[in-house]
Amino acid sequence: MHRTICDFALDLVQNSIEAQAALVMFDFFETEKDLTVFVADNGSGMSGEQLKQAKDPFFTDGIKHSERNVGLGLAFLTQAIEQSGGEFEIDSREGQGTSVKFQFDKSNIDTPPVGSAANTFLAALTYPGEHEMVINRKFNNGADIYSYSLTRSELSEAVGGFETSGSLRLLRTYVRSQEGISEEQAVSRKK
Amino acid sequence: MNLEELRKLREEQKQSLSRRNTDNKDIQIIVGMGTCGIAAGAKDTLEAFIQELEEQELSTVRVTQTGCMGLCYVEPTVEVVMPDMPDVIYGKVDAEVARKIVRKHVMHKTMVNDHVFDRPAADIVEEGGNQ
Repeated sequence: MHRTICDFALDLVQNSIEAQAALVMFDFFETEKDLTVFVADNGSGMSGEQLKQAKDPFFTDGIKHSERNVGLGLAFLTQAIEQSGGEFEIDSREGQGTSVKFQFDKSNIDTPPVGSAANTFLAALTYPGEHEMVINRKFNNGADIYSYSLTRSELSEAVGGFETSGSLRLLRTYVRSQEGISEEQAVSRKK
Repeated sequence: MNLEELRKLREEQKQSLSRRNTDNKDIQIIVGMGTCGIAAGAKDTLEAFIQELEEQELSTVRVTQTGCMGLCYVEPTVEVVMPDMPDVIYGKVDAEVARKIVRKHVMHKTMVNDHVFDRPAADIVEEGGNQ
C-alpha cells in the first residue's frame, strides 16, 4: 500500500505513460484543507469492460507479470479514498485517453500524509519515454497562493536530457527551487 | 530560479565538469519504480542517488527508472551496471543504502553485501549477504 498521497499520484502518472500517451497533464492543487490531483492523458484509453477490470485488484493484463493476477495501482487509491472519505473519478475512452481525478480531505485522520511533491515531480518528469508532460502545481494556504508549471520538453532541453546524474541534479535543484525547499530546510529536516 | 538561470547553471557546471574526471559515464543505476517500488518509497531512493552522486561529484553516471524487476518483496530495488563489477540487483534500498551503494559499489567497487538480492554468483558475495 502506498504511504503518501504523492505515491498515488506518481502511480497514476506512470499508468498514463504506459498507456502510450503523447501528452500527460498532471495537476497537483493543494489548500490547507484538501489536496486534489488530476492526471489526464491521450493514451490508449480503456473500454467500459477494461475500466471495470482496472479497478479490480485481482485483475491484470498479464504483460508485466505473466504468472500473477494482481494489479494494485488503482485499487490502492480507491481503498485509501474510501477509508478517508475522499473523492475519486475516472473517465476513459478507448483510443482517446483516460483522466483520473481524486481529492483527499487533509483533516481526516485516515488521510495519508501528502509526501514530497518535489521528489514526485522529479520521478514523474524523468520516467523514460518520448511523451510530453505538463505539471501544474498550486498551493493556497489561505493567505498566499503560489503556483508554477513544469514542462518536460522545456526542462529536458534546459538540463540536457534526463539521463545523467549531472543533468538530474540540475533538475532536482530547479524543482526544489520552484517548490520553495531550500537546502538548509532539507538539512534541518533530516536532523 | 527561472529556466534561463537553469540554463546558465548548466553552462557553469559543464565548464567545471570538463576539468574533472569523466570516467563514470559507463556506470548505470536503474531504480525499479513499479507500483511495488513506489509503495516502498522508491522515489525517495531515486532522489537520494541524485543527491549522493552530486555530493561525490559524479556527474556522468546514468540514472534511470524502470518498472518492477520482479522482486516486489524487497523493494525498493536497484540494479547497478558498471565496468569491472558483476551486474547486481540490490533490494531494500532506502536513502541510506542508496548512499552506501554510491560510496562502496560505484566509487570503490565493493558490493553492499547485505542488500544483494540477485545476479552475482554465490561465491562472489561474502558471508552474511541475502543470496
